[in-house]
Amino acid sequence: MASHKITSRTPGVFYHRPSPDADPYVTTGASVAEGDTVGLVEVMKTFHEVKADAAGTVSAFLVENEDEVTIGQDLVELET
Amino acid sequence: MTIDSVLVANRGEIALRVVRACRELGIRSVAVYSDADAEAAHVRLADDAVHLGKSAASKSYLNVDAVLEAALSAGVDAIHPGYGFLSERPAFAAAVEEAGLAFVGPPSSVIATMGDKAAARAVARSADVPVVPGSDEVSAVEDAVAAAEEIGFPVLVKASAGGGGRGIRPAASADELRTVVVEAQREASSAFGSDAVYLERALQGPKHVEVQVLADTHGTVVHCFERECSLQRRRQKILEEAPAPGLDPSVRSSLCDAAVRLAREVGYVGAGTVEFLVDGEEFFFIEMNTRIQVEHPVTEWITGLDLVAEQLRIAGGAPLSVAQDEIVCRGASIEFRVNAEDPDQDFLPSPGSMDGLELPGGPGVRVDTALMTGDVVPPFYDSLVAKLSVWAPTRAEALARGRRALAEYRVEGLPTTIGLHRRLLDEPAVVDGSYDITTLESWLSGATD
Repeated sequence: MASHKITSRTPGVFYHRPSPDADPYVTTGASVAEGDTVGLVEVMKTFHEVKADAAGTVSAFLVENEDEVTIGQDLVELET
Repeated sequence: MTIDSVLVANRGEIALRVVRACRELGIRSVAVYSDADAEAAHVRLADDAVHLGKSAASKSYLNVDAVLEAALSAGVDAIHPGYGFLSERPAFAAAVEEAGLAFVGPPSSVIATMGDKAAARAVARSADVPVVPGSDEVSAVEDAVAAAEEIGFPVLVKASAGGGGRGIRPAASADELRTVVVEAQREASSAFGSDAVYLERALQGPKHVEVQVLADTHGTVVHCFERECSLQRRRQKILEEAPAPGLDPSVRSSLCDAAVRLAREVGYVGAGTVEFLVDGEEFFFIEMNTRIQVEHPVTEWITGLDLVAEQLRIAGGAPLSVAQDEIVCRGASIEFRVNAEDPDQDFLPSPGSMDGLELPGGPGVRVDTALMTGDVVPPFYDSLVAKLSVWAPTRAEALARGRRALAEYRVEGLPTTIGLHRRLLDEPAVVDGSYDITTLESWLSGATD
């Protein structure tokens, strides 16, 4: 099993869920297809979905909900 | 009460604007800041500063408890909220009042009333200020047709539970409306969980014109003329000017009187802005912003007033420094919003480092910014990095001065909207002042086609 890390395309704040009261996009152990949304990054009051760029099983979140992230930072780890 | 010290509950250029007004009035200013803003200009230039929390706005500038705690620990008399963040949250203003501090703005109850669309329309009606003609909620199709015939076609069918431009459908005739109402109800039901819809007259290319008002605690309300703010993209203003070009003098006078009546009706205190859509000789109230406005410099240019100083005096219980007949409109002013956005990439917000900066200067030029060479534009907040405003005796001269100042302006390290403004000042509809709220978006879609 190989591992793959999904990175952030912009700096900002990372969210696990589409809105504060909603369920998370994905949880550890979930399988995702390429193109599935796994999180959200807020940059300057605009929201950008983070898409899986590979298929696999979510093995770890590398940043907490509402953590600050930089461009290129690893966000989610997948077992592919 | 006299105000001796103020907590400036904001960041960026508006926080610096308030710090500067405090300094000139001999008031001690206390800045607040997040992790990302520890070295920011509004912190450097204030008398004192209090750390709020992490960089995300929810952990700092939007954290009511942290802001109140900062105010109490700094021992200030008042809190100035700036614009955005907590400025129009009635619960925040109420908490400031309960803490025994002065809120630089209207009473929390007024913020609540004007922040509620239906309540604000009701205030406008009782002040005899026109609102966009519309219906109550309609359910039966023939009731909708009857309502539309009274309002006048074309109409917009709007979902009661919609917002931000969602759930709106146009109908130009009774036949079209019969189909559209049914579709709109079905769509509203699935999108918003309620099939309630109402009708509103569809205005054809109106102008967005707003009136600046000032009201003190002694019952005096004045207007400071209007601003033309129709150049908008996705409801975000990009360029504003005063006075509104081409506005009929009698319409201007009615508009300013209406704004004063509305402020008086709701018991307004402080600086506020009453927004209207103007359609030929008709105008309609849309909303009131119960705070200082981003584009307040153009009003300061044409009137010579210091609106932030007036806010602070009003909050201290002083009467307005000017009477209505002393407020005179002189010359013309234009403001250009410089945003850290890339117009070539659909205005993608572009935080980063201000590696190089050459600001315009000379006669009639003002730059409001808190970013100096080497400063970082953080990704956590609004993309506005500076406001360039110019003044000249005539509008033609103000346009020439704007072109000259924009040509001098250099920013390295970040894409900005400066180039967009240079191109806009060559657009015939901008040059002759005939633009309306549809102009910028249709120009942008044409420019990229």
